[in-house]
Amino acid sequence: MNSGGLMPEQASNFAQEMDLLYYVLIGLTVFFALLVFVPMLYFVVKYRAGSKADRTRPTYHNLKLELAWSLIPLAMGLVVFVWGAKLFVEMYTPLESENALQITVVGKQWMWHLQHPTGQRENNELHIPTGRPIQLTMISQDVIHSFFVPAFRIKRDVLPGRYVTMWFEATKTGRYHLYCAEYCGTDHAKMTGWVYVMKPEEYERWLVASKWGAVSDAARDTMAEAGERLYNDMQCNSCHDPAAQNAPSLAGLFGKERRLSDGRVVTAGEDYIRRSIYKPNSMKVIGYEPIMPTYEGLIDEQEVLQLIAYIRSVRDEADDLTGRETTPEGDS
Amino acid sequence: MSHTDAPKGTDYLHADYSIKSWLLTLDHKRIAILYLITISLFLAIGGSMALIIRMELLTPEGDLLMSDTYNKAFTVHGVTLIFFFLIPSIPAVLGNFLIPLMIGARDVAFPRLNLLSWYVFTTGGTLGVIALVVGGVDTGWTFYTPYSTSFSNTAVVTAVFAVFFAGFASIMTGLNFIVTIHKMRAPGLTWSRLPLFIWAQYATSVIMVLGTPVIAITLLLIAAEKTLRIGIFDPALGGDPILFQHLFWFYSHPAVYIMILPSMGVISELIACFSRKRIFGYEFVAYSSIAIAVLGFVVWGHHMFVSGQSMYAGMVFSVLSFLVSIPSAVKIFNWIATMHKGQIRLDSPMLYALGFIGLFTIGGLTGLFLAVMGLDIHVHDTYFVVAHFHYIMVGGAILGFFGGIHFWWPKITGRLYPEILGKLSAVLIFIGFNFTFLPQFIAGYLGMPRRTHSYSEEFQVLNVLSSAGASILASGTIIAVAYLLWSLWYGEKAGRNPWNAKGLEWETSTPPPTTNFERTPTVTEEAYAYGPDDESGEVNNERD
Ligand code: HEC
Ligand SMILES: [Cu+2]
Ligand SMILES: [Cu+2]
Repeated sequence: MNSGGLMPEQASNFAQEMDLLYYVLIGLTVFFALLVFVPMLYFVVKYRAGSKADRTRPTYHNLKLELAWSLIPLAMGLVVFVWGAKLFVEMYTPLESENALQITVVGKQWMWHLQHPTGQRENNELHIPTGRPIQLTMISQDVIHSFFVPAFRIKRDVLPGRYVTMWFEATKTGRYHLYCAEYCGTDHAKMTGWVYVMKPEEYERWLVASKWGAVSDAARDTMAEAGERLYNDMQCNSCHDPAAQNAPSLAGLFGKERRLSDGRVVTAGEDYIRRSIYKPNSMKVIGYEPIMPTYEGLIDEQEVLQLIAYIRSVRDEADDLTGRETTPEGDS
Repeated sequence: MSHTDAPKGTDYLHADYSIKSWLLTLDHKRIAILYLITISLFLAIGGSMALIIRMELLTPEGDLLMSDTYNKAFTVHGVTLIFFFLIPSIPAVLGNFLIPLMIGARDVAFPRLNLLSWYVFTTGGTLGVIALVVGGVDTGWTFYTPYSTSFSNTAVVTAVFAVFFAGFASIMTGLNFIVTIHKMRAPGLTWSRLPLFIWAQYATSVIMVLGTPVIAITLLLIAAEKTLRIGIFDPALGGDPILFQHLFWFYSHPAVYIMILPSMGVISELIACFSRKRIFGYEFVAYSSIAIAVLGFVVWGHHMFVSGQSMYAGMVFSVLSFLVSIPSAVKIFNWIATMHKGQIRLDSPMLYALGFIGLFTIGGLTGLFLAVMGLDIHVHDTYFVVAHFHYIMVGGAILGFFGGIHFWWPKITGRLYPEILGKLSAVLIFIGFNFTFLPQFIAGYLGMPRRTHSYSEEFQVLNVLSSAGASILASGTIIAVAYLLWSLWYGEKAGRNPWNAKGLEWETSTPPPTTNFERTPTVTEEAYAYGPDDESGEVNNERD
């Protein structure tokens, strides 16, 4: 690990631009600090009480000067503002890329649970390949946490009750700190871990190797398969079977518009499906009796994410003649 | 110019010696002293917590304190120093003491309300101490939900009520000041002749009166959710945690200005007096206080860029944050311009003023790093933020408070402190401060998260530097407290106007009589009318 330096390692696609922005701000800070300190110290010496310096015609007002030292810094500030806003939008806008590796993150006091689309689960460790965008879909099971990897210059608060996403691309292999940046109670300081960045081939090998020890079928499942298993175990199908009439079919649901009984029209994304499972009464689809029970307490956040992966993977036969299809990474 | 002197023995300190005469006093000067004593206790509590924190952070392992204890230590540090020291510091002590004197009034508009505010404040303070004694609070001064409402099992409700009471005290103070400044100025003291300290107090009071009710209600909502389990902030109960952050920062960003504006008012007085010159760009310095108060209310979202607030809201808050930095910059440039062609003396209050300018400049500029949305992603919730706001709140607010205390100490107590020790402590505080907090910028950018009692090894060197600096900072402060206390008994008696300063407070005797002025003064000139005749700035400490 980098030690003793003044700058963290640059290990993601965002690191260089972030550091450049930082240097520019340091430049501005030095510039303005000198603009204040040099005259201040110069005056302290030159105009010390009793010195012989010329003090005739002191001034007390100067509109031009006032405008100059308000507007020029403001203009410089606005340039940095635009740049910063651009970088922010880039970092926090969800990726649409097909190629992105979708990793789910569940934060809880005081641990990070991560799962790969191919099913590998990790605690406080994350293995990822270089050269491929990584998208994190994150949620907390209890309080607010914050997923922070300094070497990647990424951070975002992980909230209870709502998904947030963040993406990056690792550019340099190695082992990097993972921290929780938002204070979350007793062991906040210990809610740390490591991110291992590997070459793509190595990552593939790691994926296989990490399933060698799997003893049960469940441990070999991909996320979508785990979701399907759950779907059957929980008997969601008893109502949601495409043939049944008293509940809507979930095939092809993901990304569709849904009209609710209170008049709202919402897109069926991750948050919508999560709410439908936990708080079905707050999200009633029009035309159906609200008979779905809540699964709060029965299904945890990790399992909801698996169900979502499964529902995402189930295509509607009417939409797609290839019918039901489970892609290995659940991000079709 | 009136020139009044009270007969000996009737100054406000010696008017009556009984405890009752202090505890039931309606004299704004005595209430200021009551406040000074109370907040000093909280400075001691909060300051010792800082030292414990810095001791723990000498090593990367969490070896001195258990994590829970550490979490309580930084919570006590933040809560006491923000709500029970910094917010009341200059307004309730220097403001209370000086506003009537500076505007030529007998007292504040509502003396009873003034006394009540101290009692309410002390009630809050007592509750705070109770919260501490019954086991402490571990939420941080920010009380973020749902941690505070659904997960922490410490004395959150007691602490919340403590802050609630302190808030009411500050509403009372603010209300009192606004009315006093509007209604009780001496004849001839127009708004454009007001000392800039008064302008700053006025702007601060407006923030106190408008902002504090919001935090008060928010804290009550915390208590309601925690005790009655009404879902307001906790998503598990159907609430929204981000709502809490909006409400909290709606007050707590302006609260930063409650802490810093009064200091800026002090600095204007000091720079003018020790440069023997009128303030350059008086109107700009005055109106910038109002601009800060107004704009300060619309930038709170810059604390929430990474917390799940909408991106477009973030952009608005970011651009407004750049805007709010301009009035502060205007003040700094005008202070420097004031020194141009002055007769500059480096007495201890002036050293504090120059220290303020240095540290506040750095604090303000590093604030821009955080206002830049992209950069904030990386530095948010790291030591970079910790360093930044200590530059503002210690380097700015506390240095201004110390500068003001040193400047008006002779007027308040009737005694002079040893100037040489004054200079020494000012220099120690400045050096110690930079030692403590400069390394934290670097640690923050390297990625050290805040509020952890253990940390990754590579941050140790920086933390040792920081802890070493804290010990210098602490010794500077302890020296100052020691000689100030010493001066109460052994200090040379101060004359009416030891700094040869302008302003009505220097025209009455020292210490001022209970009624402030024998005859209501009439003002015929602008503030800071330092003319050619007192250019030498010779110290005039005659008793008259
Ligand atoms: C007792 C029958 C029943 C069971 C069991 C049931 N649901 Fe439902 N579900 C419904 C009904 C009826 C609706 C439509 C009305 C509503 O939204 O409440 C619905 C709606 C939904 C929706 C929103 C669908 C849309 O078209 O917008 C999702 C997603 C969902 N359920 C998922 C599940 C999952 C996952 C399970 C198993 C863990 C499950 N449901 C179990 C009856 C059921
Ligand atoms: Cu945490
Ligand atoms: Cu702020």
